[in-house]
Amino acid sequence: MWPLIRLLPKKTNFTYVKFAGFAAFLSVAAVTGSLVSMFTGGFRDSPIAIFQAAEGSAMARLGAVMERGFNLGIDFRGGTSILIEAPQPIDVGAVRTLAGRLQTGSVEVQQTACRPADAPPYCAILNFESTEGGSQTVEALRAQLPSIAAGAQIVNVDVVGAKVSEELFAGGLIALGLAILLMLIYIWFRFEWQFGLGGVLALFHDVILTLGLFSVFRLEFTLTIIAALLTIIGYSMNDTVVVFDRLRENLRKYKKMPLGQLVDLSLNETLSRTIITGCTALFALVGLFYLGGEALRGFAIAMIFGIIVGTYSSIYVAAPAILIWGVKRGREGEARAAPQAAR
Amino acid sequence: MLQVASWRLILVAVVTVLGIVFALPNFLPERMREAIPTYLKAINLGLDLQGGSQLLLEVDVATLRHQQLDNIADQMASALREADPQIRYTGRGVVGEAARVRLVDPTQIARARTALRLLARSPNGGDDIIAFTEGADGLIEALMSPVYLRELSRQAAQQSIEVIRRRVDPTGTSEVSIVRQGDQRIVVQAPGVTDPEQLKSRIGQTALMTFHMVREVDPQDAAAGRIPPGAMIVQPYPTIGDSAEIVERRPRFTGEHLTRANPSTDPQTAEFVLAFALDSEGSRIFCRITRDNTGERFAILLDNQVLTAPRINEPICGGSGQISGNFTAQTANELAVMLRAGALPAPLTVIEERTVGAGLGQDAIESGTLASIVAGLVTLVFMVLAYGLFGVFACIALVINGILIVAAMSMIGAALTLPGIAGLILTIAMAVDANVLIYERMREEAAAGRGPAMAIEAGFNRAMVTIIDANLTTILAALILFQFGAGPVKGFAWTLSIGVVTSVFTAVLVSQILIAWWFRLSRPKQMPI
Repeated sequence: MWPLIRLLPKKTNFTYVKFAGFAAFLSVAAVTGSLVSMFTGGFRDSPIAIFQAAEGSAMARLGAVMERGFNLGIDFRGGTSILIEAPQPIDVGAVRTLAGRLQTGSVEVQQTACRPADAPPYCAILNFESTEGGSQTVEALRAQLPSIAAGAQIVNVDVVGAKVSEELFAGGLIALGLAILLMLIYIWFRFEWQFGLGGVLALFHDVILTLGLFSVFRLEFTLTIIAALLTIIGYSMNDTVVVFDRLRENLRKYKKMPLGQLVDLSLNETLSRTIITGCTALFALVGLFYLGGEALRGFAIAMIFGIIVGTYSSIYVAAPAILIWGVKRGREGEARAAPQAAR
Repeated sequence: MLQVASWRLILVAVVTVLGIVFALPNFLPERMREAIPTYLKAINLGLDLQGGSQLLLEVDVATLRHQQLDNIADQMASALREADPQIRYTGRGVVGEAARVRLVDPTQIARARTALRLLARSPNGGDDIIAFTEGADGLIEALMSPVYLRELSRQAAQQSIEVIRRRVDPTGTSEVSIVRQGDQRIVVQAPGVTDPEQLKSRIGQTALMTFHMVREVDPQDAAAGRIPPGAMIVQPYPTIGDSAEIVERRPRFTGEHLTRANPSTDPQTAEFVLAFALDSEGSRIFCRITRDNTGERFAILLDNQVLTAPRINEPICGGSGQISGNFTAQTANELAVMLRAGALPAPLTVIEERTVGAGLGQDAIESGTLASIVAGLVTLVFMVLAYGLFGVFACIALVINGILIVAAMSMIGAALTLPGIAGLILTIAMAVDANVLIYERMREEAAAGRGPAMAIEAGFNRAMVTIIDANLTTILAALILFQFGAGPVKGFAWTLSIGVVTSVFTAVLVSQILIAWWFRLSRPKQMPI
């Protein structure tokens, strides 16, 4: 049977709307879970304790709580991060002792996969808070590393000042907010306000769930993840727009069909596109996940998750939202129960 | 729709050919690349792929403000002195964010106001740059307007760029890029430099000239490290310095009083020397030092390294002099340049620093290329499996799309970064979306009982609206990335937005032409999908 598209029936009759209640429950639960995780450091800390322990204004304290919610990378946390590479496995403890001697304050050292994992070269990553005196530490490390692991060298150094990291964090949040706002305006302009709100609701859903994923599993949250989130917003909106477009067309075509049935019809009509586009994107991203190297793995994870959630949200968040708010449908108003309008 | 207008055909042909031409340099070996015209460039690799260092520097605004307030206080003082008759004042100085003077006779305030009025005016028109406030008992305070301060820091950043360029790239041959970012920041990118310390120390070179009195110490004591309190050992300046000396820790005099420095030759010895001139305050101090210490030696230090340590033969009160060292014409000149333009207008602090080893960048390129090729192949195979012949058309469009993206990236000179590669992979996968939308529409139209010609036509027409709507949303997201993203993320925004434009172009125009040709050749009775 080739081409394979023939396997997909030309007409499907899934009754999506029937499960909307269950899906809504699922979505609300997942969003709530994500939010809770963000405020409790991935269900590990008590937000009240952090809030009380933090200093400064209420906003600053709230910020401290949020910071604990994520495994923030150097971009957002500030500090110094050094990547060490060696031809044989690195003794993390020895590096920690060495770095502890050179640097006051907390020093984190951990083994990290480097290129193909479990084969030379082996890598370790060294993080410490301070940016002051970072360069002397790097110099001293460079000189003393060979005594711990022969042939070890520093391949990557990032030093991000507190001011820059705060700006990057704020900039990232503003970018996300602005992206969602722009989408709202665009959809409002191209469709109707119900569509805009439905689409934006779906965007919040996707962004919060992806943030939740990073919070719960303590995945490193970097600048690249902000880029991934913005792309997820783009993709999810793209998906939602395709459904909305069909919905709008069908609204004009079948003036008397009940709204629920109309949503089902539109979703069915766009189903094969949703599957094929989603699959190609997922294939490519799975490739990126396995072959793209350590640096892009977080991005790939965020995108894979985001595309799945984004597709789901077009069907079960954006479209049903329109059911709740209803739409204006020309002179007839709400249709009564005409089963199917003639073509 | 099945009659392809000739302008479309020409457009697609021209764009494709141009795309191939501009993409070509990326696939040529290094040696051949040098032979082709310069407007054909390979993709500019970002620092994270190429390896190198990036520093983000910030002008120290607090110091800059203090310096400027000090100037303003001076100007206020001289404006009052020059008033006719003179207005007497005391307590000239800078307190907090204001420069202030206090009139001896508070009743003179109106006259002082007139005398100072001129200072507040902006040199290039517009709003006043200084606001004066008058306090009780004749106190006058001057505050700089925020706009003026921002302008100052912008100027300082701009001047610093020149200074930094001279320091890190004196010959103008390396690929160091130094650009201003915002009002008070400078980004220095040095590809290939994997030791940022060297870069930082060169930027930090203050070219500060100081004059210290030499403490004569027995060489044996000096060797044993026994030096008098308040003194220090200083090393000779590389290549041009005389010898190490022991000098007083505190400079008697600094190079800020220097008004002129240029290379010259000593008429008697014909040696190269550095001639300098001092401002009035500088000449007064210098005169006093040389008068009080005639017969002793003083050392001229550049960045705390000894240039020379001549003996003072007679008081020097003319406000100018010359420094001898082991200069050649070139070193004398370089030193003069450094002294003249050398000092940064304000201190710079490194607020962000990123270094990527060349090997790491190379690995990233390799894994990124591999991932892109695999993603591309998977997409191609999937499309052919899913849509058969129409899938092949989509594949041809996709390949042209890939060429156009590479060409556009090369042409614009936007840097390809690691996230940019991710963007490329995503774009490849998403590019087929437009094709999928069109084909699905055709399938539906065919299912609704239309013949192939009608189905194809309707498929293209109806899918168009959706394609535009859907892709505009992605462009909007990419635009925001541009606005807020730092370096690597900006690279991602570039590939994403270029990819969206080219994919709509190829998916719509290229596949339309291919399908039209196929239709004319085979006159199908049934849709193949």
